[in-house]
Amino acid sequence: MRSPGGNTERAWTLGILLALGLLAFLPLLAPRDDVLNFVFLVLLSITLAQSWNIIAGYAGQVNLGHAAFFGLGALTARTLWIAGTPVVVAMAAGAAVATAFALLIGAAAFRLRGAYFAIGTLALGEILRTTVGNALPEISTLPAASIGAYRLAPRYYLALALAALSVLAVAGLARSRLGLGMVAVREDADAAEATGVSALALKLRALALSTALAGAAGGLFAYYHISYYPAHPFGPGWTFDALLMTFIGGVGTLQGPVLGAVLYVFLKEYLTVRWVDFHLLIFGVLFIAIVLIFPGGLVQAVERARGRIARRSGATT
Amino acid sequence: MTVLAQQIVLGLLLGGLYGLAAAGLSLVFGVLKVLNVAHGELIMLGGYGAYWLFALLGLDPFASLLLVIPGSLLLGALLFLVLFGFVVRAPEETRIKNSLLVGFGLALALHALAVRLFTADDRSISTGYGGAVITVGPIAIPVIRLASLLVALALIAGLHLLLARWRWGKAIRATAEDWQAALLTGIDIRRAYLLAFALGTALAGAAGTLVSVGYSISPSIGLEWTLKALIVVVLAGLGSMLGTFAAGLFVGVAEALSAAAFGGPYREVIGLVIFLVVLVLRPQGMFGRAR
Repeated sequence: MRSPGGNTERAWTLGILLALGLLAFLPLLAPRDDVLNFVFLVLLSITLAQSWNIIAGYAGQVNLGHAAFFGLGALTARTLWIAGTPVVVAMAAGAAVATAFALLIGAAAFRLRGAYFAIGTLALGEILRTTVGNALPEISTLPAASIGAYRLAPRYYLALALAALSVLAVAGLARSRLGLGMVAVREDADAAEATGVSALALKLRALALSTALAGAAGGLFAYYHISYYPAHPFGPGWTFDALLMTFIGGVGTLQGPVLGAVLYVFLKEYLTVRWVDFHLLIFGVLFIAIVLIFPGGLVQAVERARGRIARRSGATT
Repeated sequence: MTVLAQQIVLGLLLGGLYGLAAAGLSLVFGVLKVLNVAHGELIMLGGYGAYWLFALLGLDPFASLLLVIPGSLLLGALLFLVLFGFVVRAPEETRIKNSLLVGFGLALALHALAVRLFTADDRSISTGYGGAVITVGPIAIPVIRLASLLVALALIAGLHLLLARWRWGKAIRATAEDWQAALLTGIDIRRAYLLAFALGTALAGAAGTLVSVGYSISPSIGLEWTLKALIVVVLAGLGSMLGTFAAGLFVGVAEALSAAAFGGPYREVIGLVIFLVVLVLRPQGMFGRAR
């Protein structure tokens, strides 16, 4: 992992935002539902992956209970929206609830270091999933009138906005004092503390930002699906998806989660027809390879390749 | 009252399997300082091994332990040589984090592979003596689960003896305690790691076999069993196999009591809550040494 900021990141930020801007015209050019649904999934994945990237990539805290915040956002937003609240307000409320919960457990959770934080958050995620699954076992379906009024376009644009927001958040973070503090804590929390950086405060702020985005993504999920089981967004699969996408793309970078998300969703959809869940086998193996060989993911692999090409063509590094 | 006692007995019987599942994880974590979150998947594979030996060859599951355990030993050795052997090269803090991630990838891959090979259906081994029950007063004790508990206890006691008396068992314990000192005294710690990991996998395979005959298996039981094993390991602390077994029984009974108090669906939650509380307040567990 390298330090954030710099011209490459700025170039990537602009490139990604440009691509997202172009995607805004997609519903006009290709008003096919399957295409829009696919891109929606990519956008949602980008948001979720970036949100995880903030706490795990930049702050270095591997949060295996990320789905809990996604789920809380979905639960809150769904409840409010079905009751009549405008969807954007409902999503914001979802983000707020997720963040509030994160701050509530944060102080206790961050007493755990490293792997213990990871398994602790995993347990927490499972507790929430089981509890919600037991408290709300019935499927949540939109009332008939809403189903009739369902339009994909607003959901698509909200997904686009949220993805752009998540990319901007990470881009802004990379260059800010907050971001640098997070990286300092990630690299060596004790050393950071010695130079006057409060590790706990930084971790909490990283968690707050991360869970706010995750909660908003959850709200988007709740807005998008006509019916689903309330416990579904709490499932560990969502955490694992975010983890895989971020790591394979390049954890701790801006473009990593975006690339990883695109690759992941493409592969999943491509393989799904004949080889259900097989994409997980491929990603599992890829993930292991990345952890052991290319910790920086695709981004690092590409950079190494570029370095090699530059050296071969005689350019100075 | 009888219902409660019955539930507690069943919880105790299940707890024995929790203890066995945890023992393997504890051994690997204690010796290699590696948190293998794919441990549940290894249990799952052991279960499928026993299931297919039964379905295809008609082999009684308790007898198939004689095949599943060596098979799991080999699998564990293979996994160490191909995968975890590289993880242990890193210094301790990176090692735990890497092992978590590598184990996660492995769990995902094994799960997907199992779904592909075996389908996602639940499987269970039904033997002729499956329904037999020993009645003690008003309590009915299923024979299979009782036998499983005894097998689990025997395996753990066997492991305990192995670690205490066998030359390599002592080497494993030495490596767990202080790998640098062990290295200085000439112990081949890589071999100790290999043996510990293989033994851990063997225990997982045995646990899986017992789960498939007493309960049921499917490709998705991995995460559930990994969490159960983690709960017991954290509760017991590292360093004592018998302590781990006892902690397993404790969790089994705690689950039964919680199901009685809060209703069946919340059975799982109590274990996870205990886990978090112990993790935050007493990380060394009931029997571990304070760090």
